[in-house]
Amino acid sequence: MPAVTRQRRQPDRRTGRAAASPRDRMTRNGVRIDDTFAEAFDMRGTALLITAPTRRWARQAAVTMTGFATSIIACGAEAAIDAEVAAEETPDGRPGVRVLMFSGSSGELQKQVQNRVGQCVLTSPGSACYAGLEAAETLKLGDALRYFGDGWQISKRLGGRHFWRVPVMDGEFVCEGTTGMTRQAVGGGNLILMARSAAGALRAAEAVVDAIGAVPDAIAPFPGGIARSGSKVGSKYKALMASTNHAYCPTLRGIVPDTELGEDIAAVLEIVIDGLTPEAVAAAMRAGLAAAIPLGPEHGAVRIGAGNYGGKLGRHHFHLRELLP
Amino acid sequence: MRAPAGLRLTLRSDPEQRLDLSPLVPHRLAGMDAGAIERLALNTTRRPVVVGDLFRLRPGDPARLAITGGSERFDEVGAGMQGGELVLDGDAGFGAGRGMVAGTLRIAGSAGDHAACDLRGGTIEIAGDAGAFLGGARPGERGGMRGGTVLVLGDAGARAGDHLRRGLIVIEGHAGDHPGSRMVAGTLVVCGTAGALPGYLLRRGTLVLGRAPSLSPTFVDSGATDPVFARLLARLLRPVSQRAARLAATATRRLAGDMAVLGKGELLLPDRA
Repeated sequence: MPAVTRQRRQPDRRTGRAAASPRDRMTRNGVRIDDTFAEAFDMRGTALLITAPTRRWARQAAVTMTGFATSIIACGAEAAIDAEVAAEETPDGRPGVRVLMFSGSSGELQKQVQNRVGQCVLTSPGSACYAGLEAAETLKLGDALRYFGDGWQISKRLGGRHFWRVPVMDGEFVCEGTTGMTRQAVGGGNLILMARSAAGALRAAEAVVDAIGAVPDAIAPFPGGIARSGSKVGSKYKALMASTNHAYCPTLRGIVPDTELGEDIAAVLEIVIDGLTPEAVAAAMRAGLAAAIPLGPEHGAVRIGAGNYGGKLGRHHFHLRELLP
Repeated sequence: MRAPAGLRLTLRSDPEQRLDLSPLVPHRLAGMDAGAIERLALNTTRRPVVVGDLFRLRPGDPARLAITGGSERFDEVGAGMQGGELVLDGDAGFGAGRGMVAGTLRIAGSAGDHAACDLRGGTIEIAGDAGAFLGGARPGERGGMRGGTVLVLGDAGARAGDHLRRGLIVIEGHAGDHPGSRMVAGTLVVCGTAGALPGYLLRRGTLVLGRAPSLSPTFVDSGATDPVFARLLARLLRPVSQRAARLAATATRRLAGDMAVLGKGELLLPDRA
């Protein structure tokens, strides 16, 4: 089965919304912007702060932990690095990396945090793991992993915080007892970048991902932040719950009657955005648009759109018109 | 907007008998007018006394209570505090801050024995010295301090942190014999020299000691402290005491014990100690 991004219906066929006509579009620096919106959903979100003796190893633990976390369809969680944290700002004065994780339910998010920290951070040389989010609701972190200490774990409550020290072969794994969880998180903000060439689409997508990287509390969970296999709900094969979004496949233009692509589009890439708040997702989309538009249609995207389900499924609607620079 | 002035009690003359000052805490004075406070009876030894006999009162917000003029006969200062601030401008006697739940108690002078015993929360700062059993268990009680933070800028007597269960005690000066005796958990920092046999019958918990010339043979060397925890501890101690934070950052020698009992505690010492 091919890799799929989040499930997305074809806007025209499933929702009755016609493909954006030229007059529905705005133009900025020669780049056409569809007058449409990204439809996003409530998620549970959390953040973790991973530290290590060097930035290399803090990043390594974070990269390992956020591997295979592109979509909750099959990964259980969506996760990525939010930001690098200076040593002066981490609890133990070592280089740190902040990671965001999202899932559809509190139970699944708890399971994913426990498994991923247990298998990918605890195991990484010299690592420590702290809460990356303060919130009234919490998820178990060290409170769940402490049993690895087999009775030799040490509990420390200091400065209003609770830490566990678990003996490991290179010393101790220091881990905060819990981390915060928010129900205000939003998953599914997106930008669809359509270009005259695959290289142009990739250039635009890279610029968008770089811009989103500077926005706090928001991540793009797909590989390098980019998804190339947008999907629709359902398939001609009954066993599949999702299949390729044929309306956005350039090679099917002229074959499928409901294509969304004009003749000038040869490649499409999508950026999916999750954030701890709706404001963070909006800020990430705004930053993405501001980064892609200056490239212009010659070097980047010729057209930028967004995916939605007609507005009936997700309660968060991010209109591109309101996010334009 | 400027906050209203705090309630102030000024000692008229040195007390002739020991006094239980536990009624003079913010939550017990809340809602009382000046007359009612002056008529408040204080437990003592021979002759009954009321607050007005001993103190001149300046009305104000009882959440910010100040007692001017201390005495080693002032027992149970700030006992059972549930919030607010109490500043004692002088010495305190026995049991200062006993059973405090929240709030801040500042003692400008020294405190007697059993200060901070049964502490559950809040902060106690003692600018002078503290007596024996600081944060410890009182006779007949099963446990010592169960939470909160105690900072002593001077020295502490014997058995500081006895039966400590949770919380942080920082002694910037020296500690008497057996600091951290019978500790169940928690953290005790002695920036100066610890007396004989620190951590006697220590079950769990952390003792950070500046110097410990008389260590029990029932503590075993378990290598260097994990640098991550030392860094974390140093950073968390910084808001309480810079001196303690500096010590924690350099306390790289770790001894585990007391092997005479559970043996899950630790002594952290600088290499030179």
